[in-house]
Amino acid sequence: MRYYHRILVMMGINIMLAVSLNIINGHAGQFSLGHAGFMAVGAYFAAYLTVYYFGPYVDKFPDGSTQHWILQNAMLVLGVLLGGLAAAIAGYVVGLPSLRLRGDYLAIVTLGFGEIIRVLILNIDKIGAARGFSGIPAWSNFFWVFFFAGITILISNRLINSSVGRAFLAVREDQIAAEAMGVDTTRYKVKAFIIGSCLAGIAGGLFAHYTPAYLNPTMFTFIRSFEVVAMVVLGGLGSISGSIVAAVILTFLPEGLRSVKEFIPGGRDPRMVIYSLMLIILMLTRPQGLFGRRELWDFLPKRRDKVPKEARDDG
Amino acid sequence: MADGNIILDAKNVTIRFGGLTAVSSFDLTIRDGELVGLIGPNGAGKTTIFNMLTGVYKPTEGEIRVGDHTTVKMKPYQITARGVARTFQNIRLFKELSVLDNVKIGGHIHYTYSGTSAVLHTNRFFAAEQVGEDEALKLLAIFGLEDRAQYLAKNLPYGDQRRLEIARALAARPRLLLLDEPAAGLNTGETLALMDKIHEIRDRFKVAVLLIEHNMELVMGICERIIVLNFGKTIAQGTPEQIRADPMVIEAYLGEPAEAAEA
Repeated sequence: MRYYHRILVMMGINIMLAVSLNIINGHAGQFSLGHAGFMAVGAYFAAYLTVYYFGPYVDKFPDGSTQHWILQNAMLVLGVLLGGLAAAIAGYVVGLPSLRLRGDYLAIVTLGFGEIIRVLILNIDKIGAARGFSGIPAWSNFFWVFFFAGITILISNRLINSSVGRAFLAVREDQIAAEAMGVDTTRYKVKAFIIGSCLAGIAGGLFAHYTPAYLNPTMFTFIRSFEVVAMVVLGGLGSISGSIVAAVILTFLPEGLRSVKEFIPGGRDPRMVIYSLMLIILMLTRPQGLFGRRELWDFLPKRRDKVPKEARDDG
Repeated sequence: MADGNIILDAKNVTIRFGGLTAVSSFDLTIRDGELVGLIGPNGAGKTTIFNMLTGVYKPTEGEIRVGDHTTVKMKPYQITARGVARTFQNIRLFKELSVLDNVKIGGHIHYTYSGTSAVLHTNRFFAAEQVGEDEALKLLAIFGLEDRAQYLAKNLPYGDQRRLEIARALAARPRLLLLDEPAAGLNTGETLALMDKIHEIRDRFKVAVLLIEHNMELVMGICERIIVLNFGKTIAQGTPEQIRADPMVIEAYLGEPAEAAEA
């Protein structure tokens, strides 16, 4: 049971990561490969706060008491949000070079940033360094992960349907034209980085506090960033529902394929081969991603009756 | 018309790219509601002037004022906020976005709510979005594009893309509209319709228009004042009649008279 529970929680966290990266990569068109770095900043900062400050405070109350329960959840939310804030500051710092760099060059800079974060963590003894950070209270749960995943989707969806989101899209489509239309491209690029990295930091904080509540720098290598990029690209750059669906598929697929080895003689496990092949085939057949730039609900048949409810004559 | 307020005042504007002086000592004053044409052979520096007026290039020397502000040091988006909007010679629409969104982005500076109020769906957000959408649809209706509001901009026929660019620029509610070859690639019928349209929007939005055009019929037909540029220098300025009779202009366009060339 716990196994499936964990897959579901990882799905929620991956949805947050994919949707937040989609704001930077898909909407604002700034190719970032540093998402694991932002996640790490949020995860370690939130864990640092709960281990050294919030945890001891909460433990003053007897385990199982109402105060303990309330404080534990309140401190989790506070810690996670502060982790998001720390990641947002990191996003601001990384967003600055994106004013000058485009495309591949920006990708390299963000990739380097992610590695810098990882190496920094490796060298800070207070948060475990290479041993990993253990002893984090396991406060995070199914509810909070999907609560924040819902908030992430809501924020992303409402932003894209506002002038802020349209400014992101304008920056992606044509920077010179966007400037001529009065869009401060510099400001909006940094804004996309701040929002996206803040949400990734929150996802990191929730991840840090979920059982087994252990962090290790090897969890945040650039391979993790690539996984998130794969979700966004597979879902369709710029499509929020595409990112969600792809995050669900790509979290479930490696796990679901575990049972394949029972059908293969010799005890070999072909799951990563199948996983990679499926990715290749998907990208060859749908290079624009599952949904392209559209959303899931764009594919649903439109309601024909435009008659307002009160004017309808159906009792 | 010629005694309105001065909107744009460019004095002694010069730009050099390395050793090449692309535009030298260019002067231009535009008043409220004027319709001015900027013509000249290829490479005369017309688009370079547009790029300087809108802040894409910084002039090497000289001064440009929009209203009461010096714009030489401003970025393009700041100049747009001061009331100068433009179209591009090679169409630069937001291709993957809908026609309606293109126009809404044109009006970007008039959406004054913050990102927070967009996320929280405040009344301010709904009010601004409603006004913006109505304005955008009104503009599209002027250019006959209201039925295609949901099309992607890249799927519009060429002529409609040109019109959409003008609609998008107008969404910024400019006091001065810069049109870079609005009739390029249009047939005679479309060009005539465009001439009427430019007149109409000038009167309706009380906007001054500065346009670059190679189509002499269009320029002579609608502009009240024409400036002729050759090799970065202003060689003539005046009403269409004066320009047509100007020997310097004829020389720039048709070459030197035969006896001068032999000498």
